[in-house]
Amino acid sequence: MSNDLKQAVEAAVGRCGRDRSRLLDVARDVQRSQGHISDEAMELMASGLNTSRVEVESLVSFYAFLSREPKGRQVIRLSDCVACRGRDGAKTEAALESALGIKLGDTTADGQFTLERTSCIGLCDQGPAALVNETPVARLTADKVPQMVRAAREGKLAGAGFEVVDLVRQRGEVLLSGAPAGKGLERALTLAPEVVINEIKDAKLRGRGGAGFLTGLKWQLARAAHGTPKVVICNADEGEPGTFKDRVLFTQAPELVFEGMAIAAWAIGASEGILYLRGEYEFLRPGLEALLGKLRAGGKLGKNLGGKQGFDFDVRIQMGAGAYVCGEESALINSCEGKPGVPRDRPPFPVERGYLGRPTSVNNVETFACAARVMERGEGWFRGFGVEESTGTKLLSVSGDVAKPGVYELPFGITLADFLKTVGGEGAQAVLVGGPSGSFVAPAQFSRRLGFSDLPTGGSMMVFAKDRDLLEVAQSFMEFFVEESCGWCTPCRVGNSLISQRLESIRRGEGLPGQLDELAELCTTVKKMSRCGLGQSSPNPVLSTLTHFRPLYEARLSKKASAILPSFHLEESLAEASRLQGRPPVFHEE
Amino acid sequence: MSEVNFTIDGVPVRARRGQTIIQAAEDAGIYVPRLCFMKGVLPGGKCRVCTVLVNDRPQAACTQPAMEGMVVKNDTPELRGWRKSVLEMLFVEGNHFCMFCEKSGNCELQALGYRFGIDAPRFDFQFPQRVVDASHPDIILDRNRCILCGRCARTSRELDGREVVDFVGRGHKESLGVNGRRLADTGLRVTDRAVSACPVGALMPKRVGFAVPVGKRLYDARPIGSEIEDKRKGGA
Amino acid sequence: MAKPKVATASLAGCFGCHMSLLDIDERILKLVELVEFDKSPINDLKKFTGRCRIGLIEGGCCNQENVAVLKSFREHCDILVSVGDCAVDGGIPAMRNMVPLKECLDEAYLKGPTVHNPSGKLPGDPELPLLLNKVYPCHEVVKIDHHIPGCPPSADTLWEALVALLSEKPVALPYTLLKYD
Repeated sequence: MSNDLKQAVEAAVGRCGRDRSRLLDVARDVQRSQGHISDEAMELMASGLNTSRVEVESLVSFYAFLSREPKGRQVIRLSDCVACRGRDGAKTEAALESALGIKLGDTTADGQFTLERTSCIGLCDQGPAALVNETPVARLTADKVPQMVRAAREGKLAGAGFEVVDLVRQRGEVLLSGAPAGKGLERALTLAPEVVINEIKDAKLRGRGGAGFLTGLKWQLARAAHGTPKVVICNADEGEPGTFKDRVLFTQAPELVFEGMAIAAWAIGASEGILYLRGEYEFLRPGLEALLGKLRAGGKLGKNLGGKQGFDFDVRIQMGAGAYVCGEESALINSCEGKPGVPRDRPPFPVERGYLGRPTSVNNVETFACAARVMERGEGWFRGFGVEESTGTKLLSVSGDVAKPGVYELPFGITLADFLKTVGGEGAQAVLVGGPSGSFVAPAQFSRRLGFSDLPTGGSMMVFAKDRDLLEVAQSFMEFFVEESCGWCTPCRVGNSLISQRLESIRRGEGLPGQLDELAELCTTVKKMSRCGLGQSSPNPVLSTLTHFRPLYEARLSKKASAILPSFHLEESLAEASRLQGRPPVFHEE
Repeated sequence: MSEVNFTIDGVPVRARRGQTIIQAAEDAGIYVPRLCFMKGVLPGGKCRVCTVLVNDRPQAACTQPAMEGMVVKNDTPELRGWRKSVLEMLFVEGNHFCMFCEKSGNCELQALGYRFGIDAPRFDFQFPQRVVDASHPDIILDRNRCILCGRCARTSRELDGREVVDFVGRGHKESLGVNGRRLADTGLRVTDRAVSACPVGALMPKRVGFAVPVGKRLYDARPIGSEIEDKRKGGA
Repeated sequence: MAKPKVATASLAGCFGCHMSLLDIDERILKLVELVEFDKSPINDLKKFTGRCRIGLIEGGCCNQENVAVLKSFREHCDILVSVGDCAVDGGIPAMRNMVPLKECLDEAYLKGPTVHNPSGKLPGDPELPLLLNKVYPCHEVVKIDHHIPGCPPSADTLWEALVALLSEKPVALPYTLLKYD
């Protein structure tokens, strides 16, 4: 066993205080220093953290950014999401294969580069996009690939013209107005925690991550629960394809977010805070750590926060490692505890027993920012935006076939038709509201309104023009869910693959009429029987297109009249034997 | 209040505080079909076969605590249909060759197939490549048959006090990993309760099989669950 | 009125299901009063003489010839039944689905412990049907109307199913007759 490896693992374990719950950080550390996590490394990690080798393997094998096999020094992860891939994403992929001289999935002979696909990385408005290790690469059109590879090889990728930019298209008054942060927390600290909670409840602030749970209620439950120290967690996993508004909020108004976390801590009586930042956003980390340092120096984090004696609250950043399911709050908590991101059985809910068994409130990035502004300007002001059951504004991340992709802060209650006018997407064939977990909406329904009662969204808004193949889009999303399913429960682990296979078969023209209803039934079964929100919504791309775009499926049904099923391909299935035995098949009359 | 009163398909059921729906149902002689739930160890919530409707919302009966006034639906055509589909998913996900399996006749997956009247799954067989680990002198781990229920892992931790197996891989790549390079390195013993916890023929003692004649095996004559349902018929 | 016809075939099967059918023993006397056997190994009729009411298929599809026979059965029979595990899910022959085709052929014709093949080549005679890339359950090749699992299904099971089909009643096997082994 190599001494270097021993030292590296020992150092990683030491940096995490030999704390078993920090296994994910230890693994990330070893991955970074060694390029992969070998069997030996896992054994060392296990003994260093007093856990078992199989538990380490369980974690390492779960996250996409941790690898048991050696990879290149620079891993190029090309986003395969339809939005940023756009119409020319395939060309970018081909150009990368050509420039590197390898196929997707392989590593260059000199050990410099590995080329892979990855799920949405949150650069949907400036694709095609990729990550080169932690460095984001935007606007990577095929013609720019050679230049990008050269720059990466020379270690000069930053500043080579592929930087992520904030495309803020419309600023609202709540979040992107540029108003300085701080007054909300100031006011909150003059009020009793219960009063703060009531104000958040009166504002009818609902979770901005997509689920839309009443924030005030969540804080109330966490406050009432027993266990200490309580925890406030900011969910910055932002994995739903088409969502990038938190990325922008972190560059436009990050102080508001931390202010909101501090207000939550005051309200529920928490002293510990965690910002769970998706691995794909590692490039945001230095800026956020610097801001946390500045807030601590200014007394806005740490002991006696804001001058309030006895109110201690600080925030640490927990990095993710490539797993969409970690956006689910209980999976996120498990990830924070150094486990695979498998959701938990509920009850108990995180507000009762969350991080390390203590009452925990997990809220979205945008929710915290909204809370800060509610406390600053009052619940009445907040309710002045939006509509009755969906108060306030919503950050929308808009991508796809629109003239102006980017982030818009719009009031709840606007119709899809008005939305499309605003973003330059009129004449769309469909709008995907809420990402693949949401639903495809057809033009006949563009009078529907964005909001929690009709068309909820965590922010993802993807627009598809008339020339797009919606079934191909649905297929890519089913493949996303197959890749991202945690695998714990049968219906999601197996059902999504079955749905995806059936859709592929229909797209190949093998479908029979009865199979459409069967497919819808399978989708419903997966939704009803799945253990967590992922499986409960993963069939939506197929189910919503079957419901609202059924003619697209019917047009593809097989027209062949033969005793042999259209899904059985005799010549194809004989090809290999034919090749091995050196003769073509002979077709007789039976 | 140490007692909880609720209903299952309209039948009043009394539960002890802290009991889950499946436990209370079993005590009352009501069978909720299940695979990954095993008495004596914590529930896993993995298979989803025990899904019931609680106030019209799907919940796993093995993890949901019984609560006062709950209206639970268990034996409805809708639930039977969904559970049947989940069982079919398990059949096509692995490689289940009943005809030569030592567990046949005593296998819980097979027995549920019989109970639900499955003659052929309606989904395509996946024919996955699964690794068989026969390294251990006395125990075989045939992953072709593994339904990823986790009973072995939980039993090993909670009852045998060992760390032997755990799940590795994400999504459809999930498989049973062993604490070591091979099963033989894990310290698992054939007398461990983890070995007898396997509901199917995945984790089995070697050189034992086909000892009980066809016709006399656990599930040959009567459907799985009959022994629970007998309680109700015996005297409600 | 002409008796309904029953045809049978064994594709990639061991004929165990046919043997099980014959285990109906004296009930065969009743059966031949109800039906006429058409193309079947039982009477050695090699071609269909006309339309059949019921087709019983044992064995899955492992090669080109199986597919041709199955196609013909689908064209000639009103009701097609997969009989036995091999027809229903591929059965034992389907164990090769987890092994690359080349390995299977090499084992059978080149490297197997009892193979004597001085040519060192896989046979290429057109009389030998080519293998499919995998063994297919019958219902993945043609539409199958009923499945009777078992290895083999017992004579009682087959009898129960046949009687139901011939009297145009639903096939509802009692618990003790639905078996996968």
